[in-house]
Formats: sequence, structure tokens, C-alpha cells
Amino acid sequence: MNVVEASGLGKRYGGTWALRECALAIPAGHVAALVGPNGAGKTTLLNLAVGLAAPTTGTVTVLGGRPAGSPAALDGIAFVAQNTPLYKNLSTADMLHLTRNLNRRFDQGYARSRLADLGIPLKQKAGKMSGGQQAQLALTLALARRPRLLVLDEPMAMLDPLARHDFMATVMTAVADDGVSVLLSSHVLAELERVADYLILMSRGRVQVAGEVDGLLARHRVLTGPAADAGRHAERLSVVHARHGGAQAHLLVRTSGATDPVPPGWEAHPVSLEELTLAYLREPGAGALPGPARARYAEPTEVTK
Amino acid sequence: MTTLTVPARPEQDASLRPVPWRRMAWVTWRQHRLALAGVAALFGVAALFLLVTGLRMHHAYAAVAACHPAGRGICQQLADNFLSNYAPGVGPVLGLLQVIPALAGAFVATPVLARELETGTFRYAWTQAFGRARWAVAKLAPLAVAVTIAAGAFSPLVSWYVQPLWGAGDNNGPLYPTIFDLRGVAFAAWMLAGFAIGALAGVLIRRVIPAMFATILSWAGLAFVTGAFLRQHYAAPLTSTNPNVNIHGWWLISQQWTRHGQPASLSMINQTLHAIDTQAVTPGQFQPGPAASASIDPVNYLVQHGYALLTTYQPASRFWPFQWIEGSWLLALSLLFLAATVWLVRRRAA
Repeated sequence: MNVVEASGLGKRYGGTWALRECALAIPAGHVAALVGPNGAGKTTLLNLAVGLAAPTTGTVTVLGGRPAGSPAALDGIAFVAQNTPLYKNLSTADMLHLTRNLNRRFDQGYARSRLADLGIPLKQKAGKMSGGQQAQLALTLALARRPRLLVLDEPMAMLDPLARHDFMATVMTAVADDGVSVLLSSHVLAELERVADYLILMSRGRVQVAGEVDGLLARHRVLTGPAADAGRHAERLSVVHARHGGAQAHLLVRTSGATDPVPPGWEAHPVSLEELTLAYLREPGAGALPGPARARYAEPTEVTK
Repeated sequence: MTTLTVPARPEQDASLRPVPWRRMAWVTWRQHRLALAGVAALFGVAALFLLVTGLRMHHAYAAVAACHPAGRGICQQLADNFLSNYAPGVGPVLGLLQVIPALAGAFVATPVLARELETGTFRYAWTQAFGRARWAVAKLAPLAVAVTIAAGAFSPLVSWYVQPLWGAGDNNGPLYPTIFDLRGVAFAAWMLAGFAIGALAGVLIRRVIPAMFATILSWAGLAFVTGAFLRQHYAAPLTSTNPNVNIHGWWLISQQWTRHGQPASLSMINQTLHAIDTQAVTPGQFQPGPAASASIDPVNYLVQHGYALLTTYQPASRFWPFQWIEGSWLLALSLLFLAATVWLVRRRAA
């Protein structure tokens, strides 16, 4: 089952396309990270997936073919929006009761024990909480709905490092305990490296690369060699990003596997998730290159029925 | 350890039962009880004021009503005194009451959507399983019914309040614009219209304070246009050419002197009246000069000189037909606005 599946998905606000020609199929059971610079279309994609926005072109379905925003889709998805909007004048207890009344399922016991662990009093008003507490409350409300897909839009943008750690710990506990799938957008790369096992890189309203992290890392490597040769080899190789440091050149290339020959005088290194992500972010056109790259690296996005 | 309020079913079919409507009752109450309390307080203060001043007025009127024979001599004097004591105070009170529907629309209906859109909480509310269109209906419908019923319950008090003035012979009948929409079904209908305008303004403007101003201005504009231009056409007005017509209780649309079938301006009339040293302030009101003779009635004088007085009016007997006409179209307009609001909530892109 795919938790999010899009084809030909586009969204235009006024005259500008926030997202276009998006094809995507995120399988269940992953923590999928949506990464891209500001304005890349991350929030737009998430809004489409949770049904807050309607597509201009194409379709998006969730949880195995449910139209985004349909009652069946809303029932299985919990969404925590950017800056975790909560009713500032309502107490924690009221927010629990509110969420419980708005959903078919609500795990009151889970919510109360989580809040007790976090030290958030039930009488505390959301408007008087710290950013970290507000984020934790919003996350607790979302998880208490027992969703099958948890969607988080920039959940850590407002949090200090400690709160970030605690927040992700809550998410990862839910993943381990309940097998909830997660789709989160972020530009905090260091946090993602530990948690994400599926990566979607976006830039300028398009999906550059999408796939399981292990597969993506296996299909990329860094070649280091004399800068003088770089131009000659680059013509034959599928270079995502080239970095020159003095006499040495570092080419981040796509490969078909570890058996690809390394040019004489060059060394091959495995690539880290952060290196890979940064390389694509620096080359917004890279994913859209002509040739087999898109089909090959978008492999997991094949529609599985 | 964990207790589910609703048993979790891991495999939900596509046709799962929606969250029951009644669950929204608490949500609507919790989030809008302050606004509802505000409306209740507003009506409470208004009712208390009408009751206290109304009882005093009724007490004073009892003496007028007990006087026999009514309309003559000392009794007429008593009635005139009563009117000059109490009628001037009633106008501002009615004016203030007119504002209540606009305030209720601005403070109860506008924030329902504008606050969610302004603070971003709609991203929370509209992604819960309840569903956003149903959420909007479940919020707007009970609040609309509540304020409409409150207004409907309040309006009989207004009728009771103004009753002594009419009994004592006040000219402004029940169709008069300052009182017509505070009585009968019209007050409740205007309340509902204010609410519907507020809800629609909230979803269109998306910010609380500007949407509140827009609500008050739109409501006031609609009320003014209705009272000043629209209402008099609910039925063709009646006309009278009797110069000494008794307009008591009528809604006077216009009074116009004519001569040979042509409208006569005030200056034309004044030229004619110059001979008896009298000035017409309005077609029905004359100001005698120092040399004017008390024995000459200016109206009869004008009739003798070939003028005719054309009075266009709506009789008081049309009060209830007009009430139902106004109530019906306001109800239709309100339902249209509320439906548009829910439709916009469904459509509105984040």
C-alpha cells in the first residue's frame, strides 16, 4: 500500500505554480522526509495530501487509493501543520476533548499518559506554553487519533535542539510501537539523517529525487581525483554536483552499482545522506536531467496496486 | 493501559460511518459560549431597560387611557403631554435596538471562520475526521438558530414597549421604518441576516477585525436600502386626495401638492400663501406669520386656489403582510449566504 500517491499533480496559486507534474508513490512503513529549500513546494504537497488544498491538475490519493481530503482519508491521517496551530484560549484538557469529539477514534489514555510524561498540566492553556510544549501537545493530539499516516509540516522549525530531540523521540516511539507511517517536511538535515528512511527531494515546485534512503545511497558515490581530469570524465559520468578543492575535484555521481569502473587515478567513496541532499539542493535542475536518471532513481515510485 | 473511546478498527472500509453530528455540540458550545453569553447579556440589558422605562411609561399612560371622553379637551391635553414627555426618548432607544443584529453578526458569526483562518487553526480543525463542510454546518447552524430565537423572543417586548405611544395618538404607525423591523418576524429575520452576512464576510475576508467592520457596514447598508427604498414597494402604495386626511397610523411615503395635475413645488405654494402671510415648511406643516389670520386654514385656502393634496401611504393594516414578505426574503438571503459560506469552506484552498 502507498500512503501517498500522486500523478501529474500540480497546484497553481494565482499565476505561479507552487507544484507541478508531481509523480510520487510513498510506500507504507517509512519515515519519509520531504526536503527542499523554501518555496520548493513542500507545504503545498503536504496540504494537497491532507486535503487542505485541492489540486489544479492531476490527482493525489492516500492510504491505498483514498482521495485526499475524503472522509476515509481524513480518518486515517493526522496532520500537524507548520507552527502547530492550537486554540490559544483553550486548556490542554479542552484540546483533548475537542480532538476526541472531532474524530471517530481517540486514545484518551495514551494522550493523558504522554502529557503526564511531558509534564504538561491539563489546565495549562495552549497560549501560555513554550514552543516545545505546543509542538508536543499538537503531536500528542495527532498520535492519539491512532492515524496510519502522520504528516508533519516543518515540525521542528520553531524548536530548540533539546525540544527537537524530544519531539522526534515521540514520533519514533509511535513508529516503533504502532507502525505508523510518517511524512515530514524539514530543512533540518542533521535530524533527518537519524530518522528518515525514505527521501523526497524537491526544488522549484518539482520532485527531483524520491526513493528509499539505502537505495539512494547505494546508487550514488563521490569520486575524488585530479581537477584537471574532471571535465573529461564528467562528460561520461552522470554528475549530480561537482566540487573543486584546489587540485582535487569531488564529483557526486550516479552509478548503477559498486561494480561501475572507477577512472584510473580516481578514488570512489560512499556518500552520506547529508552530502547527497546538499548536492541535489545545490543543483535544482539535477533531478530533471534528461536520460535514465529520473526513471531509475524514482524506481520506488512505481505504482503498486 | 490505553483505553479507546471508540474501538479501533484497523481495516476501515471506504464507507465508514462519519463522526456523529452531536459530537460537534460540545465543540461549538465550548468555542462560542463567550459570544453567545455576550448576545444574552446584550439582550438582557436591553430587556431590563425596556422593562423599567416601559413600566414607567405604561404607568403614566394609564392616566391617559382612563380619561373620558378620549380625544377631547382635557383628555387631549393629557395625551399630548404624555407624548411630549415620552415620545422623544423612545426614538434613540429604538435606534440603539436596531444595531443589535449587526453587532450579533459581527461578534458571533464573523469569528467562526475568520478567527480560524487568521490564526491558522483551520489547518487543525479541517484535517480532523469530522470533515470541514460538516464542521462549518455544525458550527453555523446552532449559532444562527440561537441568535434568531433570542431576537424572536425579544421583539414582543418592543411591541409592548411602544404600545402606549400609539395609544396616545403618536403618528408613527407600525410600518414606520424605525419600528417596523424591531417587531414581528422581521427582527428575528434581520438577526439571521446579520449572522449570515457575518459568516460570509469571515470566510471571504479571513481576518477578524476587518470582517467585523465589513459585516456591520454591509448589514447597515442593507437595512438602510430596505427601509428607505425597498419596503414601500412590497405592495403598491395607496393614495388619497383628501386634503384633510387623517394620517394617523399610516406609513406616509410622500405628500405632495398638485395643481392642474402637475406637482406644485413648495415655492409655488408659498407664493400663493404669501397673501395670508403663511409659510409651508413641509407640504403638511405651515408656519403662520405675524399678520396671519387664525380663522384661515392654509390647507383649505390652497384647495380653494386650485391645489390638491396627494398623499401616498401604506396603511397600518399591511403590517403583517409586509412582515411576512420581509421575513421571507431575508430568510432566503440568509440561507443563500450561509450555503455560500459552507461552499467556500469546502472549496477554500489552504
